[in-house]
Amino acid sequence: MSVLVFAESTSEGKFKKSSFEVTSYGKKIAEQLSTNLVVLTINATENDSLYNYGAEKVLNVSKTNLTSFNAKTYASIIKQAAIKENAKVVIIDSNINGLYLAPIVAVKLNAGYASNAVEIPSSVSPFTVKRKAFSNKAFNNCTISTEIKIVGLAKNSYGVVENLVSGTTEDFSPEIAESNIKVESVEQTTGKVTIADADIVVSGGRGLKGPENWGMVEELATILGAATACSKPVSDLGWRPHSEHVGQTGKPVASNLYIAIGISGAIQHLAGINSSKVKVVINTDAEAPFFKAADYGIVGDAFEVIPNLIEKLKEFKANNA
Amino acid sequence: MKILVCISHVPDTTSKINFSENNTKFDSNGVQYVINPYDEFALTRAMWFKEKQGATVTVVNIGNATTEPTLRKALAIGADEAIRVNTEAIDGFAVAKEISEVAKNGGFDIILAGKESIDYNGGMVPGMVATLLNYNFVNACIGLEIEGNKATISREIDGGKELLSCNLPIVIAGQKGLVEEKDLKIPNMRGIMMARKKPLTVVEPVNNELKTSTNSFEKPAAKSACKIVDNVDELVNLLHNEAKVI
Repeated sequence: MSVLVFAESTSEGKFKKSSFEVTSYGKKIAEQLSTNLVVLTINATENDSLYNYGAEKVLNVSKTNLTSFNAKTYASIIKQAAIKENAKVVIIDSNINGLYLAPIVAVKLNAGYASNAVEIPSSVSPFTVKRKAFSNKAFNNCTISTEIKIVGLAKNSYGVVENLVSGTTEDFSPEIAESNIKVESVEQTTGKVTIADADIVVSGGRGLKGPENWGMVEELATILGAATACSKPVSDLGWRPHSEHVGQTGKPVASNLYIAIGISGAIQHLAGINSSKVKVVINTDAEAPFFKAADYGIVGDAFEVIPNLIEKLKEFKANNA
Repeated sequence: MKILVCISHVPDTTSKINFSENNTKFDSNGVQYVINPYDEFALTRAMWFKEKQGATVTVVNIGNATTEPTLRKALAIGADEAIRVNTEAIDGFAVAKEISEVAKNGGFDIILAGKESIDYNGGMVPGMVATLLNYNFVNACIGLEIEGNKATISREIDGGKELLSCNLPIVIAGQKGLVEEKDLKIPNMRGIMMARKKPLTVVEPVNNELKTSTNSFEKPAAKSACKIVDNVDELVNLLHNEAKVI
């Protein structure tokens, strides 16, 4: 018996912070079940780094024909690893690729699946895990009753926990299922922090009056190493791309810091950013609902506050570099 | 072209979420139910295919009789027929099994759904339906074109998008981008009148096995009041020393 974690790596073979988070989470569940943790990786180059987070055994698949993500192929590899290792719990990051492949794995293993888990299981028999529901407005305690359980972990909910073990890495050569889906082209901005990966997100609303005023949002984001985001009206108006829309029907944000500029705080927006740890609002209207959801607020005009904040942060970064 | 659109019946996005019976039941008191917004993007794209390329559109929901107004709304928007599988949607896997049974008998070229429902946000049904049927599947779809037997799909990826192609049949889990917000249709009076005459078939479930269930709900812990600060110096100081996020 074992707990299996799938740790995704980038196309360059590097792990993301969330790969260490799922590994840490898997280690904790393996302890709960008094069993071992096995981590599956595909074309990863730094498998040793997983030992820091409790990976006793790493199964690495290295195949040159697997350089781009394919949900069906990856799901088939995870299934084969789960069977090989007699895994009773399979953990997959609830990120954009993990959400794509986990349901396929669940059907292949005839397993119950709970996505977006936020804590370790409150009990392992029955196996009950708390997960996000109602678009971040609530949680449900979900019991999985199948022999194999699939758990999707929500980003930034468990954290990266160091737990050095002496691990080993084995080569794993599963059968590679052919996919009928062909990748024609990929458009990806490089060098820019994405909302999914960002520790800090700077977000603008209609209070910024027009797309031409996003320069200061971008500048603030650059100083903080943050991703930029926006409210739904801003994306609906075409001021910013849909990929930046955060909220109930947009992207969820689970960053450490979320800075909302000129966003009033509609219930749908607040739901989407609920999982962020610290929220800052800057708005001219002291009655804006966002102030009820935020940790820190400045009542003021963004066109005055943001340039000042940029200057202050430059000074702060210079002193704390 | 035959299209099946999966419709979830969910609380409106403005709903305040409350629970009853010692936090074991969702409190539907005063809650307005709507077509799941992600499914509405899928339905709207299906209507586009119907108008521009010729298609019949069937909508399906897994639920008890209380979900019928939501299916009627989908018919009023322009779907041709509706199927309701008469069982409560509790477990995503069980829902997927019911949909795949409906699909097996329907000969659909495209099965469209939202990437998740805004109530349980499981995000699992479309991928499971595709795997049960052994159809191609694309998640987080932000663009779909069909030409003959070939689908061209844009999928959102981290920091960008990728363009994919494959043959039909296909299951698509969509989101905004599949259509724009402004393309969404509000049913007109004629549509509402016509919807009353369109077939809504109730079928019994084939499978009652649940792989997951919810035993209780929780609301997020109440948060402390917002600290209003007067200037950016103080804000930076608090974010660094108190919140420790910069």
